[in-house]
Amino acid sequence: MFGYYLDLALRSLRRNKILTALMVLAIALGIGASMTTLTVLHVLSGDPLPGTSDSLFYPQVDPRDMDGYEEGKRPADQVTWTDGLNLLHAKRADRQALMTGGAVPVQPAQSNIDPFFSDARYTSSDFFPMFKVPFMYGRPWTEGEDNSRARVVVISRKLNEKLFGGKDSTGQTLRMKDTAFQVIGVLDEWKPTPRFYDIYMQSYGSVEDVFVPLSTSRDVHFEHSGSTDCWGTGGGDDEHAETSPCTWLQFWVQIDGADKVKAYHDYLVHYSQEQKTLGRFQRPPNVALPGLMEWMDINKVVPGDVRLQAWLALGFLLVCLVNTVGLMLAKFLRRSGELGVRRALGASKREVFMQLLVESGVIGLAGGFCGLLLAFVGLWLVRKQPSDYAALAHMSVGMLTFTFLLAVGSTLLAGLLPAWRACQITPALQLKSQ
Amino acid sequence: MLQIKPILAALKRHKAGTILIAMQIALTLAIVCNAIFIIHQRLERVQRPTGMVESDLLAIQSRFVGTQETQAGPLVKADLVALRQLPGVQDAVAMNSYPLRGGGWSTGVRTDVDAKNSKAHTTQYFGDEHALGTMALKLIAGRNFRSDEIVEADPQALPDPAVIIVSKALADKMYPDGSALGKTMYIGDSKTPSTIIGIVERLQVPWNGTWSDSFYENSLIQPVQLTSAFTNYLIRAKPGQLADLVKAAPAALVKTNRMRVIPSERGVRTFAEVREYAYKGDRGMAILMGVVCLVLLGITAAGIVGLTSFWVGQRRKQIGVRRALGATKRDILSYFLTENLLIGVAGVVIGALLAVGMNLWLVTQFEMARLSVTYVLIGVVALLGLGQGATLAPAMRASRVSPVEATRSV
Repeated sequence: MFGYYLDLALRSLRRNKILTALMVLAIALGIGASMTTLTVLHVLSGDPLPGTSDSLFYPQVDPRDMDGYEEGKRPADQVTWTDGLNLLHAKRADRQALMTGGAVPVQPAQSNIDPFFSDARYTSSDFFPMFKVPFMYGRPWTEGEDNSRARVVVISRKLNEKLFGGKDSTGQTLRMKDTAFQVIGVLDEWKPTPRFYDIYMQSYGSVEDVFVPLSTSRDVHFEHSGSTDCWGTGGGDDEHAETSPCTWLQFWVQIDGADKVKAYHDYLVHYSQEQKTLGRFQRPPNVALPGLMEWMDINKVVPGDVRLQAWLALGFLLVCLVNTVGLMLAKFLRRSGELGVRRALGASKREVFMQLLVESGVIGLAGGFCGLLLAFVGLWLVRKQPSDYAALAHMSVGMLTFTFLLAVGSTLLAGLLPAWRACQITPALQLKSQ
Repeated sequence: MLQIKPILAALKRHKAGTILIAMQIALTLAIVCNAIFIIHQRLERVQRPTGMVESDLLAIQSRFVGTQETQAGPLVKADLVALRQLPGVQDAVAMNSYPLRGGGWSTGVRTDVDAKNSKAHTTQYFGDEHALGTMALKLIAGRNFRSDEIVEADPQALPDPAVIIVSKALADKMYPDGSALGKTMYIGDSKTPSTIIGIVERLQVPWNGTWSDSFYENSLIQPVQLTSAFTNYLIRAKPGQLADLVKAAPAALVKTNRMRVIPSERGVRTFAEVREYAYKGDRGMAILMGVVCLVLLGITAAGIVGLTSFWVGQRRKQIGVRRALGATKRDILSYFLTENLLIGVAGVVIGALLAVGMNLWLVTQFEMARLSVTYVLIGVVALLGLGQGATLAPAMRASRVSPVEATRSV
């Protein structure tokens, strides 16, 4: 029966080509626009570390003075040097890392490469195992090297290619800001999206090229950059960053198990109370322990324009569907006579209904297919944009399937009302008026 | 208008179609109103003047390598000498930032030394006596810096400036009675006053995002030559010389000192490029919204044409009867136009409510202003016009139905 309905549907669609084209086009435009924007949204709001992110948390305390204090406000976004080190050394979580970003002057040994600046991350040893950073060569540094302020560096695959031709460069020397560092590790391709650990610097940028121990970076006066928030008499300059009242470091912990999360939260409250007793904190304990994805949400990492575009596209799709419902209604009702004949010859309401649904399904398939092509064009256009997330806009298999299901599903849904209305006609009346 | 009653009676028999058209008009109106509003907001932002004369202006970013981060003073000076000597250069200045660059410094300012909260938020530019001339800012009161007022300073240990030049927006904010010239203000947490010696008509902040909208013309210039290794050079070319300077100026800098990095990406830009880059996102969004609006209107029009044609086809016989009973072509034409108008009015009423509701929701979700009624009115008129236009062709066809149809095939 399905084959026959399909044949009927194709005949009917061929009969009024303009109307058919209009319906297919409307659905294709709606689907294409929705899928382009939803794909971008999906990529940008994805999980940067699937499988790991559930156990990663971002502890926050509130070391600020009473200026501008309001109860219920969120604690400070980052931590001070003192709090960061206290929490790091307390080791109350399964793993913990303290970090900040900067740019370092790299002075290549080869005379044919001019000196250049590389984005750098200054962090502590747990950074690599905690975030499951893949290594191509060598190893991360150890806690001992953290403590001894060792002149060691881990570089990205990209930098390794630029400086050492992609060969195993562990053991080689890299000069940065007139200091010799020993390369101990080379990262493999690693691109967490969004770059969650420091969202104040280009949330969708690539990861840094240079990683050195945080302690070492202070020792050799590497310049720190990124968000710095000071209060009271805080100056925020690099030389006094360790003692001035400024938050400028990110602190991440890995906690496995829900009870331990609760325990860590309690520890943060306890720590704040202790610091208040010591006179370092002035505000009542105000702590937070958002998980990785929650932290992304709180900070609205996904650009507003991207969300706005997704909503706009969905609204657009809705209008296109309403339009298709109207056109299909007109088309089906216009064939009342034909349907009347079929009913009179013994087709049940159900069969007529199915026949019309097959017809709308065909339109949906065609619209979905064209919409998919449009979505590819749309994503290609997005990739031409200068935004830092542009390069990420690619269709995944999941989104591809979703596109198709959305197209066919929504058109079938749109076909329900017209098909139902059309199969309500009384055969006798239709035959009489012929 | 006597026809309204029979039209309503006829529409009752086509509930589904009527509701669909009204719904489509309502949704289209809601989306188009908000989209046009967003377009307008973006375009307004894009057209904001920086206060500078933007033609013949070149921006170069440079960072010295191998010197102490804060001790590049002599190197920057040498750069400026080299740049100012170049043929084709009218003037040049080394600054921490400039309008639309995207990154810069901002601080609170007070007029009362004991005030706990700042009176206004402003960006800080640092430059020497060439800053005004290079940017070609319009000085509307007071004077430029003198060369003996310029101090060299490490950005991490900035002295409190004795004199400053402010933008008119900031001057008015600090001294609403217009008496800012010669008065003092305190920058950041400083306890030392800075005297306002000049007011420029306009000077935008380095940022163009919505977060800086509340202070986007609040600027002050300090007579400070920064000694940091990272510098932005602004260069004003003599008329017609800009194209040559794009190559010559960075070459002159490299010749002066090779130990530097000028980024290959956006390191050397004419100000037209700076502006284009800064507003690319806004412009893209406006274009996208515009395209969506046009396509939506097109689809809605097509939908109306489709359904009306169907109705005309369905009622040929009735039209014939009416014609036979003495209705003129005009009567038939106006019947369909009125019918569409009625549906359209219902649609735009719901649509106007939807548009306002959608805007209220957008305001809570995104940094956006409230929709003004003008946009809704424009949208209403546009959609009613669109409906009438789309009905015209099928209605004309209806009016050409001959009275003979009445006698056919009953």
